[in-house]
Amino acid sequence: MKHFDYVQPKTMDEALASWEPGASWLGGGTNLVDLMKLGVTQPQRVIDLTRIPDLGEITFQQDGSVRIGAMVSNAALARHAGFAQHFPMVAEALLSGASGQLRNMATVAGNLMQRTRCAYFQEETAACNRRTPGAGCDARDSDEELRALLGASPACVATNPSDFCVPLAALEAQVEVRGVNGTREIPFADFHLLPGDQPERETALEEGELIIALHLSAAAAGFARHARYLKVRDRTSFAFATTAAAAALRMEDGIITEGRLALGAVAARPWRVAEAEALLVGHAPDAALFGRAAEAAMAGAEAPAHLEWKIDLARRTAARALAMAAVGTPARMPALPASPFGQQNGDLAHV
Amino acid sequence: MSDTLSPQIRFGSNAGQPATRRDGLAKVTGVATFAADNTPEGLLYAVYAPAKIARGRVSHLDVAAAEAHPGVTHVITPQNRPELQGDPSAKPTMFSFRTEVLQDDTVCYAGQPIALVLGETLEAATEGARLLAPQYVADPVRVALDDNLATSFEPAGFGLPGGASHGDVEAGHAAATRSIDVSYETAAQYHNAMETHAIVAQWDGDRLTLDTPSQALNLSCAGFAYFFGIPPENVTLRSPYIGGGFGSKAIPTGPQVLAILAARMTQRPVKLMFTRQQMFGPVGHRGATRQRLRLGVDENTALTVIDHEGLAETSTFDDFVEPAANASQDLYAAGALRASHRLVRLDVGTPGPMRGPGEASGSAALECAMDEMAEVAGMDPLEFRLRNYAETQPGTGLPYSSKALRECYAEGAARFGWEGRPLEPRQMQGADGLLTGWGMGTALFPCPMFAAEARATLRPDGTALFETSAVDMGQGAWTVLAQIAADSLGLTLDQVEFRAGHSALPDGGVAGGSGHTATAGGALHAAGGDVLRQLGELATEDPQSPLYGAGNSSLVARDGWLLLEEDESRRERFADILIRAGQTEMTGTGHGGRAPEAAGRHAMNSHGAVFAEVKVDPDLCQVRVTRLVGAFAAGRIINPRLTESQLMGGMIWGTSFALHEAARHDRRSGRIVNADFAGYHVPVNADVSGLEVITVHEDDPYVNALGIKGVGEIGIVGTVGAIGNAIWHATGKRVRHFPIRIADLLAP
Ligand SMILES: Cc1cc2nc3c(=O)[nH]c(=O)nc-3n(C[C@H](O)[C@H](O)[C@H](O)COP(=O)(O)OP(=O)(O)OC[C@H]3O[C@@H](n4cnc5c(N)ncnc54)[C@H](O)[C@@H]3O)c2cc1C
Ligand code: SF4
Repeated sequence: MKHFDYVQPKTMDEALASWEPGASWLGGGTNLVDLMKLGVTQPQRVIDLTRIPDLGEITFQQDGSVRIGAMVSNAALARHAGFAQHFPMVAEALLSGASGQLRNMATVAGNLMQRTRCAYFQEETAACNRRTPGAGCDARDSDEELRALLGASPACVATNPSDFCVPLAALEAQVEVRGVNGTREIPFADFHLLPGDQPERETALEEGELIIALHLSAAAAGFARHARYLKVRDRTSFAFATTAAAAALRMEDGIITEGRLALGAVAARPWRVAEAEALLVGHAPDAALFGRAAEAAMAGAEAPAHLEWKIDLARRTAARALAMAAVGTPARMPALPASPFGQQNGDLAHV
Repeated sequence: MSDTLSPQIRFGSNAGQPATRRDGLAKVTGVATFAADNTPEGLLYAVYAPAKIARGRVSHLDVAAAEAHPGVTHVITPQNRPELQGDPSAKPTMFSFRTEVLQDDTVCYAGQPIALVLGETLEAATEGARLLAPQYVADPVRVALDDNLATSFEPAGFGLPGGASHGDVEAGHAAATRSIDVSYETAAQYHNAMETHAIVAQWDGDRLTLDTPSQALNLSCAGFAYFFGIPPENVTLRSPYIGGGFGSKAIPTGPQVLAILAARMTQRPVKLMFTRQQMFGPVGHRGATRQRLRLGVDENTALTVIDHEGLAETSTFDDFVEPAANASQDLYAAGALRASHRLVRLDVGTPGPMRGPGEASGSAALECAMDEMAEVAGMDPLEFRLRNYAETQPGTGLPYSSKALRECYAEGAARFGWEGRPLEPRQMQGADGLLTGWGMGTALFPCPMFAAEARATLRPDGTALFETSAVDMGQGAWTVLAQIAADSLGLTLDQVEFRAGHSALPDGGVAGGSGHTATAGGALHAAGGDVLRQLGELATEDPQSPLYGAGNSSLVARDGWLLLEEDESRRERFADILIRAGQTEMTGTGHGGRAPEAAGRHAMNSHGAVFAEVKVDPDLCQVRVTRLVGAFAAGRIINPRLTESQLMGGMIWGTSFALHEAARHDRRSGRIVNADFAGYHVPVNADVSGLEVITVHEDDPYVNALGIKGVGEIGIVGTVGAIGNAIWHATGKRVRHFPIRIADLLAP
């Protein structure tokens, strides 16, 4: 093991003061520590944020918006009754991620910042532009299945693996970050970056900045009655998404007045397409409509021959998520959250 | 089994009871010491660097950087590796492979050890191994079945399986009025027991003490001793608890040998424990196969031929060919059979036995092919199997020692609710839109026995000590073997002290081939019988005994008494017999094994029938196994609770085989890219929603004296095919490879 400093600041100021280039913030450690063991990241200093008290709060504001502290655990957030009621698809996405033990450890900020699961990124000896700028990309001509269908670049074809981030993108969350120069908020759409020719730049965080909270607006809670997350994968649980989609609708008298759709596991960030969402407005829920929206959401998707099926699957996933949202958010969280097998009484499968 | 069993041994007071695990408390409280839990004084930690390419050679290791790292004490490479006394290419025991112990700089597979780093801490050794930053001269790799030429080979025992044939295969093909010709592929699976391989090695002069999980203690001692030029009795091997073996812990591996070498070189105890990633390399795996099956039936839907050709991968430097086609040999009454094997050499570690070797992969293909044949014949899959039921062993005509397969079919089908299954696929769609499919598969596993020894000591207080080196791999041997031992003396389970898992004890044989309970159990039972025989002789020949003149064969033992069977008022306590004879203890020994004559008189197999229900989302193509019912006939069931666990575990592995497990190689480097549990998937709880095991009564007077068959492996067999068939039934799609995934069902 490589030696590193480990510090445990008790206040935000201490935390910011202990930053130095080459340091890493530590949340639950479920991603960072694994990558350190693999030699993929080698911070000189690890700054443990879990002892800073005010990062662990979930606060509903007067206006109905919510502020979620960066160190709230994935499990605690998903199980927070008020939160799950207002933002059911966020809770559903959280509960479909990883395993119970991991969700207990994993933090909100850590989940947003988790690195790609690209097998070549995780192997120290493979060429990876994201890990070592300019080194090349061994994934591009490989059989790797976790591969971006959208927004990829010649330099990098990795995906963002997070489930949590998909509904957050759909609901236009804001990420509150803090650095030595103060606090700012980053709209979710700008938070994760597409690789372009600088895949090593993964998020909009500046050097030394850290996430302190996440905000969801009262308007976002307005989708609560028609909001679902759907995650498709070969294993029923404890697996990253093959494809995923978060769909949220606002409906009046059986007509969609506003729609949100974000796709997971298809790009380096949750994938949202304004045209796809616009297609939904003013229509009654209908399988053909959802098919068109899904088509629009995946417009421009590209895959090598061995993964063409995935474009098809992503479309189907998006269309199904919309259909599930149209039926309505179930009164209780399904026993298998976000699963095609999580339907209750068969009432959610088809519009 | 043994002619020393003259007094009748009661069998059943403990056997047949669902006793809970004797080692359960120790395990759940963490008291049980597994190999790597040992931390002797002065310990050095060993970490090996695995090759990150599959073919070529190591051109540079930064030894200086590793050595300079604080805490690193030694770096062992092919340049400075101390001599081994034995030849690493030799096969010193029945279960041996060529071991990779830094012979030279050649790389034959990814994950091969290319250097060993020793350190004062695990962290230091780990970082040292990383700092070696190996450079390679890489050659193009061959990691898929088509990457090299398939060749035939001469059968030669372990690793190079013979095939089987009977009847006139060409005539069988010609006689068929309907036939199929299909090819199935199975993916490579890597050994990943919960406990990864570990060893703690300590030398004292030319005596070696090892803490290492071993499915075959005494064989392992002989294997390790060979490499170091010492007699096997100089090796003490302790393996009280094993966190799963599945065939991978019967065979010494290179890294273990290197750790022992390092301990000798440094004259300090050395510990080496594989990381999860390192399990994808030198510890054996279930090799990928491609199997062509040609079946034909006549106008009565009787099989005229089973023609099963297996192709399996092996390494470039040793032989283990998955004997998949042999799964076809004992099951169905075909007029003619040909089971044959070929191999293809790839840049992978040498495959090896993995739970259900041959049968698991072979049955996956055979049982799907049987359904394809039934479909062509327009017949229900179960009816088709019954139509071709083998009443005697196909080819030889030998009777089965016992075969309650018909009952397995009947009970399994009834419990599952097979009746009324639509013949056509895609007929069952629920209100939730999900497609439902039902499939089945037959299971067969042979009943081999190895050889084992045991010792029983009756103590003056009426309790007994039983000893054998036999190991518990987690399957429950601590409990089951003690149950058999207790019965042999008519004692209760708590009157028996049972010692196992130590090489100084009588050789308990091999925990493998599903033959452990029968073999080691037979030895223990015979050892108890030997004590009773001696007690009986003392009593019946002693005029002072109430049993005087009774004759040995009419005695029974119960609750610490020896009794006359037809008149139980004539009886005497074990303790009294001993005291009068002036003995404080009495020791008996026993042997377990099968006489060759017995093996020639009957065909011996466990059987079963597995029924599967799957649900498939018609658009998203995600699959879930919603019910599995397995009915198994496996001779006498010593412990129904542990048997159920074994069979359930097997069926879950079957689910894994059918839907999840597959090692994926990077096509350029040959590295396995999913070499951890985030990427290499096995079922989780949510994948196992309905799982039911039925054991069907079976009395087998021939298989061995105790009537025990095995239950360790058969659960996988049949399950894979049942799931594949159920997926076809749900979707109408016949996927001819495993695992079956969303992408396969999505394809038009
Ligand atoms: C086996 C396995 C399966 C998984 N399956 C899933 C899945 O199905 N779906 C899914 O979504 N996720 C999955 N995950 C990923 C999991 O969600 C992440 O590991 C977890 O959310 C990371 O949170 P953490 O608090 O442990 O982060 P850490 O490991 O502590 O940190 C992760 C990254 O975030 C940075 N960081 C932490 N806190 C801050 C902060 N306040 N500000 C800025 N940067 C910060 C760290 O420096 C690091 O780079 C899986 C993980 C594993 C190991
Ligand atoms: S896809 Fe991106 S993360 Fe993966 S190897 Fe290429 S550059 Fe690295």
